[in-house]
Amino acid sequence: MACARWTGKLDAYLDGELSADEARALDEHLRECAVCAAEGLRRVQQKRAVQAAGQRFIPDPAFRMRIQKSIAAPGPTLWSRRWFPVLITATAVAALLIAGAFLLTLQHDRGSEHQLMSELVDQHVATLASANPVDVVSTDRHTVKPWFEGKIPFTFNLPELQGSPFVLVGGRVSYVGQSPGAELIFRVRQHQISVFIFQERGLPEARENEAERTAFSFEVRSWRHNGLRYFVIGDASAQDLDKLGELIRVAG
Amino acid sequence: MPLFDRLYNFAHWLTQDRQEAEDLVQETFAKALKGFRSFQPGTNFRAWIYQILRNTFLTSRTGLRSTATVPLELEDDQEALLASNDTPESILLQRSDQQLVQEALGRLPVPYREVLLLCEFEEMSYQEISATLAIPMGTVMSRLSRARGALRDTVQELQRH
Repeated sequence: MACARWTGKLDAYLDGELSADEARALDEHLRECAVCAAEGLRRVQQKRAVQAAGQRFIPDPAFRMRIQKSIAAPGPTLWSRRWFPVLITATAVAALLIAGAFLLTLQHDRGSEHQLMSELVDQHVATLASANPVDVVSTDRHTVKPWFEGKIPFTFNLPELQGSPFVLVGGRVSYVGQSPGAELIFRVRQHQISVFIFQERGLPEARENEAERTAFSFEVRSWRHNGLRYFVIGDASAQDLDKLGELIRVAG
Repeated sequence: MPLFDRLYNFAHWLTQDRQEAEDLVQETFAKALKGFRSFQPGTNFRAWIYQILRNTFLTSRTGLRSTATVPLELEDDQEALLASNDTPESILLQRSDQQLVQEALGRLPVPYREVLLLCEFEEMSYQEISATLAIPMGTVMSRLSRARGALRDTVQELQRH
């Protein structure tokens, strides 16, 4: 049966684990094959049912307090009494050294990439927390792109998302170092990802090997293209960020 | 505290008991604090802490009991992936309510329950699940496929009663 080839891949497809090519091929098959489409729908429903059913147990507030206390003040049983004073002194010295090094680095890095990342991560979090996260609400790239005309001093291309797990939610104007830029919000499953686009001039110089990394526990991808700098920030998986980054890179 | 509520929820699903779940989470946090140096920055923190929780569970009395009663799995990737070609009409789950799914999840053997929760509820990628459960990616896929089938069967069985 020709469909066996596809049903074997349905799970990976719905879990967002197929390569872009495979996902596109399966997409096409689902449009033509009612049997596989129905099976896909059933599996999506089951996935959602488990997702909803998964949240079942809430920790007792007293238990939360107990853990918080135990983390804040680890009991003396953790340490041998004999070494306790030595450890305290060593920790204090180490803390001072680290704090000193940290302050020096902070001064050195001020106005640099580090600062920029922290600003962008803050903006991403602020967008997620906002009741009106986007100023232009549309899943259509042909609506979102023209909306930025006259609002930012450059233009950019948005990727074709059909066949990918990503959905365009909308966009808003964002500022960094007094320069306007675009913030685009994408959704993948339950995660929101912000894509920032700014003109390169006015931003701190990008260091080498900056293409992939994390910042403040968020996944971040950034690159330069045609005088613009792109930043993809979110708490989705590294693969999702890579995939979205690749789609935007191809479009740009 | 990062992930506290989610870790507790997961622990309760594993142990099926409030007291045991609390003990498990407490021990996980203690171990994570003590072993924080073994965490490599840049690697996945979530997978790391879930791995600690799960390993702690597996060495507990309930954990040992739960894994001892699981029938030996055939972890043959191909077979599992091709085995899921039931007719779609017979397996509609859309009308099943949340309680039913929760009961069915609770009845699944621990390896199935945990892989489903990590994938659907925690939304971990196959790679994260592979790291958390310390099993190869192929096994993640075949186990997920089996777990989904088992859940579907259990829900149907509960619906019939």
